[in-house]
Amino acid sequence: MTASPLAPSPGEELLFGWGHTAPSAAVVTHPVSVAEVQRAVAEAGPRGVLARGLGRSYGDAAQSGGATVLRLDGMNRVHLDPQHHEVTVGAGVSLDDLLRIVVPAGYFVPVTPGTRMITVGGAISADVHGKNHHVEGTFGSHVSRMVLVDGTGQQRVLDQQSTPDEFWATVGGMGLTGVIVEATFDLIPITSSLISVDTDRTVDLDDLMNRMIEGDDSYRYSVAWVDSVHPSGRGVLTRGDHAPAGWLPEKVRSEPLAYGAKALATVPPVFPSGLVNPLTMRLFNEAWFRKAPKSKRGELQSIATFFHPLDIAHEWNRGYGPAGFLQYQFAVPDSAGHLVGETLGRLRAIGAVSPVTVLKRFGAANPGPLSFPQPGWTLAIDVPTGVDGLAATLDSLDEEVLAVGGRLYLAKDSRMSPQMMAASYPRLAEWQRVRDAMDPKHVFTSDLARRLSL
Amino acid sequence: MMDALGEPQAVLVLGGSSEIALATVRALPQARLRRVVLAGRPSPALDEAVAALTAAGVGGVESVAFDARDTASHDSVINGVFDAGDIDVVLLAFGVLGDQAEAEANPDEAVEMATVNYTGAVSAGLRVAARLRGQGHGTLVVLSSVAGDRARRSNFIYGSTKAGLDAFAQGLGDALHGSGARVLVVRPGFVRTRMTTGLPEAPMTVDPDDVAGIIVGALRKGRETVYAPGPLRLVMTGLKAVPRPLFRKLPI
Repeated sequence: MTASPLAPSPGEELLFGWGHTAPSAAVVTHPVSVAEVQRAVAEAGPRGVLARGLGRSYGDAAQSGGATVLRLDGMNRVHLDPQHHEVTVGAGVSLDDLLRIVVPAGYFVPVTPGTRMITVGGAISADVHGKNHHVEGTFGSHVSRMVLVDGTGQQRVLDQQSTPDEFWATVGGMGLTGVIVEATFDLIPITSSLISVDTDRTVDLDDLMNRMIEGDDSYRYSVAWVDSVHPSGRGVLTRGDHAPAGWLPEKVRSEPLAYGAKALATVPPVFPSGLVNPLTMRLFNEAWFRKAPKSKRGELQSIATFFHPLDIAHEWNRGYGPAGFLQYQFAVPDSAGHLVGETLGRLRAIGAVSPVTVLKRFGAANPGPLSFPQPGWTLAIDVPTGVDGLAATLDSLDEEVLAVGGRLYLAKDSRMSPQMMAASYPRLAEWQRVRDAMDPKHVFTSDLARRLSL
Repeated sequence: MMDALGEPQAVLVLGGSSEIALATVRALPQARLRRVVLAGRPSPALDEAVAALTAAGVGGVESVAFDARDTASHDSVINGVFDAGDIDVVLLAFGVLGDQAEAEANPDEAVEMATVNYTGAVSAGLRVAARLRGQGHGTLVVLSSVAGDRARRSNFIYGSTKAGLDAFAQGLGDALHGSGARVLVVRPGFVRTRMTTGLPEAPMTVDPDDVAGIIVGALRKGRETVYAPGPLRLVMTGLKAVPRPLFRKLPI
């Protein structure tokens, strides 16, 4: 009997991004050694190979229809080098697992985004940023060395000094230069697992942005939540740094590095569609604003509370219902700060309101041609995809972002045009030359790469 | 690639001068569309279709020679289109209505209808399905007909070809379940097109643009079967329940 060419292949899965929007099917495998990764690359079919982390990219960056998708969850070895304050890990290790190991040992990761449910390989590929970007840059800039399997199946060691082109094409390269299998990066020494946090409620967007411009430099970590419903653009600014052990209250001082992050609840899979609607969002945003103290100094918060508030609910993305959602995140120069308010206003006007709206100041860019952060402002806003007029509104906002020299974050994008991509990342061609040398046959590809003609 | 907001980049029309298919291409979101392949028999109508879509601002319209009857050529035509890049939406829109009385009198005419509407669709549909499955995403839209829901005395030959096509398309959709590729079965009623010119209009008659709007909405929602207009679903459910002695006497 002939096997049905229409039946699913063994290991085939439907893969989504975090926004649960445009799925595609791929065969998922779990290599546990560099040799197995090399074999997957050597045996790649016409649809290619792609490494996938924990699927927190919102769009189609970590999926590739018809391809072989590698999950490196078995390559999660952690080797801590306390002498040099650095760690060498398998690329499949999650920041969640890593924090459980390094925090009790007196270290923190150099950069963490708003979720710790990401892998190190993914953190480098998307060149993720965190609340300390204005001071300490992206995750990729803290990597001293990585091991990668390139498109010819060759194992290569990349570092900033001897292979700068390949290194920086891989940082932010969305997994298209090779499969990162190991990375070495520096850690932040800490003496307690708590963060000393200053919180300020701001009356409107101008107040918020002024305070950030004036005060961010004196904080290691800074981020603002913005009320996307209230026309004033009021918000809550939280800034802080790791608290020295000596600041801890008596009762917890015996165990200053205790760390126990846990997800409290899983949002049920059958979530009522439309839970995120203008009414619930008004209530949510109002409550979130009121819950914050008007002004508070030196509050001690856990790592999970300060850095990863969203991880408290596992798979919270289901709250948007089956229709899915996207996140619009741009970076624009300081001179285009008005786009923050304008974007909020235009999305509010079409009823695209969000519980998660984050404003942050970026510091200097790094040499990565596709690295997203550039000095100025970054705004990230979640939007359910069912909102009428969303496509046209975002296309029009894209034009404004492009006109001021801004760009969108590839880890969040699920809908920009290839023209916007090429125009807003003017070094795309430079990156493509390096990629072509590392992966001449374009073994590494993704739905994002196809959609944006990378 | 279809994006998060359901905007396709590449569309293939099999039956490239089909008015319903062309209306559907125009009704699709246009902002990301960069490749539209109209596959059909080389003809002035096909050239006009390319020109009309291009004039309407649709990007990257091209035509390719395709004949539903010539199933031996389907492999190279369809694979050629997919080899040049992923296709997000395929509209299987070729078909002939024929004339019932003539087909009854001349069985070769009936065979022609079966060849185009059913055999050609099976040949092209399986080849498209294999490619959509291979790319792990994409939707095959099959233009069936309410005529296939229950064969009527007045046009059972055409109806039987659509019944076969409809059953094939449903089965294909089930076979592809979970593969990332999907099948949308569209069952229009009477549509005002070249194919129906001169025929008496039935109740609930619609225009190609109406069908197109329904198809685009169904694509966005990920539906598997849709009637055009929607209320025909109820009508057909009723008609299917009518006993045969009565049904064969109905003036439909």
